[in-house]
Amino acid sequence: MNGLTRRSLLANSGLVVVFASSGAAWAQEPEESANPPGDLDKYPFLDSWIRIDPKGRITVFTGKAELGQGLRTALMQIAADELEVSPASIELIMADTGRTPDEGVTAGSHSMQNSGMAILNAAANVRALLTDAAAWRFASSVDQIELQDGMAYGPGGLRLGYGDLAAGFSLHVMAKPDVPRRSRGRRLIGENVPRVDIPAKVNGGSAYVQDIRAANLLHARVVRGPSDGTQLKSADVDTVAKMPGIEKVVRDGRFMAVLAAKEWHAVKALRRLQAVGWERRDSPLPSADLCDVIRKSPARDIPIFDYPGPPAPADAGIVKARYTRPCLMHGSIGPSCAVALWENGNLIVWTHSQGVSPLRKSLAELVRLPLERVRCIHVEGSGCYGHNGADDVAADAALAARAVPGRPVRMQWMREQEHGWEPLGSAMVVELQGTLGHDGRIVGWRHDVWSNAHNGRPVSAGGLLAGAELEPPFAPQKPQPIPMPEGGGDRNANPIYALPNASGTHHFVERAPLRVSALRSLGAHMNVFAIESFMDEMAHAANADPVDFRLIHLQDSRAREVVETAANRFGWKRRIKGRPGRGHGFGFARYKNLGAYCALAMEVAIEPDSGTIEVLRVVAAVDSGEVVSPDGIRNQIEGAIVQSLSWTQMEAVTFDASHRTSFDWSAYPIVRFPSVPASIEVNVIDRPGEPFLGTGEAGQGPAAAALANAVADAIGHRLRDMPLTSDRIKAALRS
Amino acid sequence: MISLTVNGVAQSVDADPDTPLLYVLRDELGLNGAKFGCGLGQCGACTVLVDDRPAFSCLLPIAALAGRKVRTIEGLGTPDRPGALAAAFEAEQAAQCGYCIAGMIMRAQALLERNNRPTETELRAYLAPNLCRCGTHMRILRAVRRAAAAMGGGVQESSR
Repeated sequence: MNGLTRRSLLANSGLVVVFASSGAAWAQEPEESANPPGDLDKYPFLDSWIRIDPKGRITVFTGKAELGQGLRTALMQIAADELEVSPASIELIMADTGRTPDEGVTAGSHSMQNSGMAILNAAANVRALLTDAAAWRFASSVDQIELQDGMAYGPGGLRLGYGDLAAGFSLHVMAKPDVPRRSRGRRLIGENVPRVDIPAKVNGGSAYVQDIRAANLLHARVVRGPSDGTQLKSADVDTVAKMPGIEKVVRDGRFMAVLAAKEWHAVKALRRLQAVGWERRDSPLPSADLCDVIRKSPARDIPIFDYPGPPAPADAGIVKARYTRPCLMHGSIGPSCAVALWENGNLIVWTHSQGVSPLRKSLAELVRLPLERVRCIHVEGSGCYGHNGADDVAADAALAARAVPGRPVRMQWMREQEHGWEPLGSAMVVELQGTLGHDGRIVGWRHDVWSNAHNGRPVSAGGLLAGAELEPPFAPQKPQPIPMPEGGGDRNANPIYALPNASGTHHFVERAPLRVSALRSLGAHMNVFAIESFMDEMAHAANADPVDFRLIHLQDSRAREVVETAANRFGWKRRIKGRPGRGHGFGFARYKNLGAYCALAMEVAIEPDSGTIEVLRVVAAVDSGEVVSPDGIRNQIEGAIVQSLSWTQMEAVTFDASHRTSFDWSAYPIVRFPSVPASIEVNVIDRPGEPFLGTGEAGQGPAAAALANAVADAIGHRLRDMPLTSDRIKAALRS
Repeated sequence: MISLTVNGVAQSVDADPDTPLLYVLRDELGLNGAKFGCGLGQCGACTVLVDDRPAFSCLLPIAALAGRKVRTIEGLGTPDRPGALAAAFEAEQAAQCGYCIAGMIMRAQALLERNNRPTETELRAYLAPNLCRCGTHMRILRAVRRAAAAMGGGVQESSR
């Protein structure tokens, strides 16, 4: 899959300088034009995205990465559809700082919006150029040209391949934003094209950065204390350096790594070095509840929204609630890994980072190389779900490789290093106050959210763990809020409901006791959990059905259709109410109020003695704009639901004064097969002609809220603190 | 040198006797299927079959494997000629990142070889040692049900 055979790994190593010079093609200033769709705006030249060689081979470039979300196949599908070829005939190059446009980070459900729309439009442009060229060559009108499977057909049996045609014009031209899409023939967009990455993944093929092998490769382990904020006491390096198989112990300031030809030797050396013990030099972790700490910390107050409206009548009913979420972990199944090669003063890093370009910049600063001497190439790793250890391990690999020029170094973290050092999803507190008018409508709304930062991704050496370990250390990055409309802690804090007299404030808490950064959906998981729980609480106060109550406050027609579809497919109106231990819940959001719409209904059964939740049935509806792959969307939403149920039901990072105590899967349990829902049904609403909206993060918030609402319905008590554990359910049932 | 049999082939490897099987499979024999996940027997990403039973290869020192039969996903098929489970996982598109899938397939293989008519509850309980973080569980279950049928059996509904 990644093509990194031993030969290509070594062959690629010579490409750094070559690409540094040819990479300037897309650095030219764009001319004035209407806003082209997606990242065509940033890279308006067609050859940044699509190239056709004289043999007709089509290469498509994207700065976004395959993370297991199916993006590779979806982008091939988009390009193939517009160019009228089979997806298999397209080579797609993803996220390589030597070859692809810089599309920032693959995150925020933006890949289809930014890269998908860009490739769609670029492909339409290329198709138009091919058609024009064929018409000119055949001396016919463009209406007489048919493109199919890499050939252009004209009147009287004339035909020419794309390669012949493309040789006659340049693709280094600006995209026209208004080129129409193909309007005739069978469409590939909207079909379930099988994912091209799956065969290798289910047959033991080479599919991951972990699978890279090369001649002379050294295995490396980085040596650290048990978690963020700790460090090892002075280590017995001399003894370890003499252990069997140890080729090198790399030290630079506090940074330390062990290198060995055999991986097990590196692991054993790591264990020996860790045996000296560790200490915490940072200030102790708080003994009080982390949510209380964040709620009471000094904060920068950032207004989120302020919708006018008449003041609520003095006798209107007021509902208040406070919701909390603990720190959550990404918890990739495979610990982070990277392969680095330092050769002739150039550094190449094969990485599963979500942002090869910002990583490249950070690494260049870290190892003090000019930017053009560093290349980062994305290769899939285990799923990341946000900013996990991917960037940090890439830095660890780079520093280790610098000590052994010419030898590829494969650096992999151990399980407890991923658990102990990955940046977490912030603990959060949301306080809501709603005012209910006599007509059962909301007449006032107030949202306050407290959170640490949701973006600590590296943009400099100080954003990498190793950056703090070198001597002298790099200054740490200052945590920053993410401005709306994307938002960080305030993502999805602005309700999609039409509410008068409504306002919200993000209380951004800069000082974070635990290392935090982007976890899939950022603050949306918590804000949607809170808002959608609160909508049920308000509906209860208004004596209204939860779905009806949402609909009377919902004007956006696509939102209404998603809510109604989920409710109808679930049989919401026909549900049997009041059965002991059974409950139904509903949750809805439009991701960031700009992305995909997702609604879902859930039925749960609570076992009263154990407090165990059994999720019997989930029915979801999703509108992600024009559908490229219906099954791809279903796969993402199913995954979002299961992952969010795990977060919401059972996950919380634990710690004592000195370190994180969630150091493995026994100390940080996640969902296992016996606890996943009995069934999940996802209904995909297609919107042909509408922009792609991205799907990966649409379901987490609604799933969390639907669970909380179903549990409240089942036990008659509202649980407002995540996780909704069996202990909390038992306590609620006893009260 | 230590001798062991992997996918029916006798292998002789130069590794410390305490080396976990996983590192030998991946680094000495060049097999990608078994993955490092935790090194603790908690996640199942490294699952292989030893004498037809699922085993955590991250925990099993090779010194314990003399005369025992190791099977990995590479022994079940290839992308061109996938085994019944791999074919079912492709048909159901039962992967997101896919890092856990080889371990899932090996554990499911062990189950279906012994009992190709498990109940849904038995199936879920049997797969419980293997973690998936992408939330692909529903598809993995569908794929195993499909494979069970393809292998002449079928997963029986459990009364809930």
